[in-house]
Amino acid sequence: MSLTTWRDLGTPKRESETLVTISVDGIEVSVPEGSSVLRAAGEAGISIPKLCATDSLEPFGSCRLCLVEVEGRKGYPASCTTPVAEGMVVRTQTQKLAKLRREVMELYISDHPLDCLTCPANGNCELQDMAGVVGLREVRYGFDGKNHLAEKKDESNPYFTFDASKCIVCSRCVRACEETQGTFALTIDGRGFGSSVSAGKKETFLESECVSCGACVEACPTATLMEKSVIQMGQAERSVKTTCAYCGVGCSFKAEIKGNDVVRMVPDQDGKANRGHSCVKGRFAFGYATHKDRITKPMIRSKITDPWKEVSWEEAVQYAANEFKRIQAKYGRSSVGGITSSRCTNEETYLVQKLVRAAFGNNNVDTCARVCHSPTGYGLKTTLGESAGTQDFDSVMKTDVAMVIGANPTDGHPVFASRLKKRLRQGAKLIVVDPRAIDLVDSPHVKASYHLKLRPGTNVAIINALAHVIVTENLFNKEFVEKRCEAVDFAKWVDFIKQDKNSPETLEDVTGVDPELIRGAARLYAQKGNSAIYYGLGVTEHSQGSTMVMGIANLAMLTGNIGRPGVGVNPLRGQNNVQGSCDMGSFPHELPGYRHLSDSVTRELFEGEWGVSLDHEPGLRIPNMLDAAVSNEFKGLYVQGEDIAQSDPNTLHVTAALEAMECVVIQDIFLNETAKYAHVFLPGASFLEKDGTFTNAERRISRVRKVMEPLGGKADWEGTVMLSNALGYTMTYEHPSEIMDEIAKLTPTFHGVSYEKLDALGSIQWPCNENTPEGTPIMHIDEFVRGKGKFVITEYVPTNERATRKFPLILTTGRILSQYNVGAQTRRTPNVVWFDEDRLDIHPSDAEVRGIKSDDWVGISSRAGQTVLRARVSDRVQPGVVYTTFHFPESGANVITTDNSDWATNCPEYKVTAVQVEPVTQPTEWQKQFHRFNKEQLELLAKASETVGA
Amino acid sequence: MKNDQLIKMVNDIASFFASEPDREESINGIHGHISRFWNIKMREAIKQHVNDGGEGLPEIAVEAIRRLK
Repeated sequence: MSLTTWRDLGTPKRESETLVTISVDGIEVSVPEGSSVLRAAGEAGISIPKLCATDSLEPFGSCRLCLVEVEGRKGYPASCTTPVAEGMVVRTQTQKLAKLRREVMELYISDHPLDCLTCPANGNCELQDMAGVVGLREVRYGFDGKNHLAEKKDESNPYFTFDASKCIVCSRCVRACEETQGTFALTIDGRGFGSSVSAGKKETFLESECVSCGACVEACPTATLMEKSVIQMGQAERSVKTTCAYCGVGCSFKAEIKGNDVVRMVPDQDGKANRGHSCVKGRFAFGYATHKDRITKPMIRSKITDPWKEVSWEEAVQYAANEFKRIQAKYGRSSVGGITSSRCTNEETYLVQKLVRAAFGNNNVDTCARVCHSPTGYGLKTTLGESAGTQDFDSVMKTDVAMVIGANPTDGHPVFASRLKKRLRQGAKLIVVDPRAIDLVDSPHVKASYHLKLRPGTNVAIINALAHVIVTENLFNKEFVEKRCEAVDFAKWVDFIKQDKNSPETLEDVTGVDPELIRGAARLYAQKGNSAIYYGLGVTEHSQGSTMVMGIANLAMLTGNIGRPGVGVNPLRGQNNVQGSCDMGSFPHELPGYRHLSDSVTRELFEGEWGVSLDHEPGLRIPNMLDAAVSNEFKGLYVQGEDIAQSDPNTLHVTAALEAMECVVIQDIFLNETAKYAHVFLPGASFLEKDGTFTNAERRISRVRKVMEPLGGKADWEGTVMLSNALGYTMTYEHPSEIMDEIAKLTPTFHGVSYEKLDALGSIQWPCNENTPEGTPIMHIDEFVRGKGKFVITEYVPTNERATRKFPLILTTGRILSQYNVGAQTRRTPNVVWFDEDRLDIHPSDAEVRGIKSDDWVGISSRAGQTVLRARVSDRVQPGVVYTTFHFPESGANVITTDNSDWATNCPEYKVTAVQVEPVTQPTEWQKQFHRFNKEQLELLAKASETVGA
Repeated sequence: MKNDQLIKMVNDIASFFASEPDREESINGIHGHISRFWNIKMREAIKQHVNDGGEGLPEIAVEAIRRLK
């Protein structure tokens, strides 16, 4: 594949039903009203020279290169800022225009280094291109006068440089920071000749508010903002379109490659999830894929105290298969199971659950969605009929009121956050429901109308109070409810919600939120326009996670905010393929497509295709597997791409369970925390090393395409095929497309999906079948998937995890922009310059009474365990609440989280742990033990290469 | 699996369905949930616990578990 580039049409596409026809150089072209002349010319295939204009940004009209002549008008207007008018006759090439453009270019080049041959942008420089296009042959002014050629280069950012000597002050970077990213970190400082791009208040890029999304680098037409990887490696030779493996936004990228090395990741202008934008992780933090810690050889050992032994794939897989068979013979068929990964592809996830059901012969398969969005699946299936969000991301641009509950999009889903902020800058209103003051509450040009700063664990009380106000103040959409929802359930629910126990005033003692704020927020959400709810793990990771999801669905149905653009219920999925791993039948009670095992018709369908008899009994969930392991009933586990020893709650319980097992098989790219308890290690493949698909938070299925050969020799799906065959259940797939064909054959919502169609359309939102052959951007338009929407009574039940005299503070957990999940990937990238350790945020008043200052070491103890972190005194948390992240294993954040969980799905209650915090001088016993164990395991790993063939 | 963990899970499930105004629906809700999502070994263990007196379980949960096949 060659290096693909996009044709830049100069200004953004406009949406209008009215078309305007103009003539450009004698060619007639019709474009939507509001389009620029530059855009119209581009649509007609005519390229007008330009520098400050690009079609991802609003026109600016500063470079004066895109001048045109318009019949009947005086002067030479800039075509980027001149809107089309019916009958307009435009000339883009005249002698006068050519002279003007050459003179403009001459001025630019008179203050630009003439080092094109050694410039990193050589071969990809718009300034260089334009100099050629306008026919610049000389610069009459010389370089003797004042210029910027000796400006100092800012190399502070780990991923890109800022070379002011090459800057033409076109403001594309500044506008990209404002319009695309919405951070407003860059500005033009000074005036006239003294104008220069400045990050913050004359700070370096690293010191500034810059979030390293790369939008400025992408927009820069010169080498002023340039990826360090391009400076080191030169321009790429070819490109492959693929999908990011970080968060649930699922950004489309063009991986630019030289040989077998990725030079850079460029956000895809055609990407329907990201619309040409990116964040620091997807854009820059891909270096983990070739990090020295990658393990590329299969390894085995009989005990976790033994050194690893490098073996062939065949030997490792046969060893694992023999162990699983031995364990099942000794302890029973249900004594083993598997865990699928939301980081792996749909096809790989599908194969692991198939292996468990067909080769192990039980249903002990679960996925990491258990610990994040399993309540979303349960709650939305119950109320709306489908375990998925209702919208596409484009929908946010038609939203009038966005309610963000328990999510921190600027950190967790940054590319979506940028679009949300753009809509808010256009005038949409924002309600934030969160115990912390997340960035969206008050950031440049964005301010929440309401921040309901509730106490952790009181989500359901808040959602009930909002619904109470809407019902009792008669603000609900009666017509929608009568037409679209179950009448009996609604009547029962109204009786419940109207009760005084659900009023904001009664619940104030519980939530800690001023009732008037709740009333105001309810009235705003119930306004007549489009209101949308976006939510994250702050909703699901509670003892009432599923109840809260149903409460959210209740609220959307109550106000008729379902079934059209701009509205809906939008779960912001944590990992890249959480939606897909759930779709693929990773849960122990259901087959792909969310069909329960007790459904004999579906079971027979799979039995026919797979050629085996399937167990109709639900299998064990992850916490059930761990409990059973501790009770010596569960002895073998195949884990693909997950790290339960770090990500799951109550670490001591998890590691005790792993230690009790006789065969733990880990398939991963690194020796993660769980792998340190493993007996077989199968080298995993990063997203760059395999073909497949991911499904993002908007149900969008996107292709993952192989960019380089797997470092361990096999893609993950190939490892699963080998293991299944060794277990005695034959799999014969030659390519992931064959796996997708099988998924499509067996799953009604995927009937129309194929690699061929994905290549043709770019991506597809399921359901995609006979009724919706090109997919479904918005669900539940005329009726709910379940027929009529179901209102569910959502009684607030306080969590058992409450502040006490012994544990007087509530710990809640979250994420940060630069790190991802358990950090296995991002900790192995330069992203650590922004965040290299988990900290404990504590309110100034709580810190003062304990004598704690920022940077002090503090001990955090809960009824589950203790750990030690450094403190950061911050008023972003409220008094009585402390907050931390869990990106670094040595932090032991999950040593203190408890085994409390959601009543319906057992999703852990990560967001509420009663703790005490006090100053300490040394690590905890757990941390000392962690470091000892880690050191031992790394030494055992180092011996692996010494024991090859031994 | 240890009974105390199963008892905690049943109590959590029962706390949700207890809000149904109709007792029979509460029982059906608990029964349906355990039937759909619990592994047979877990169901057998909690049934045995109920046969042994059902200590620590609310009355509607005991009734729901008695109806498990």
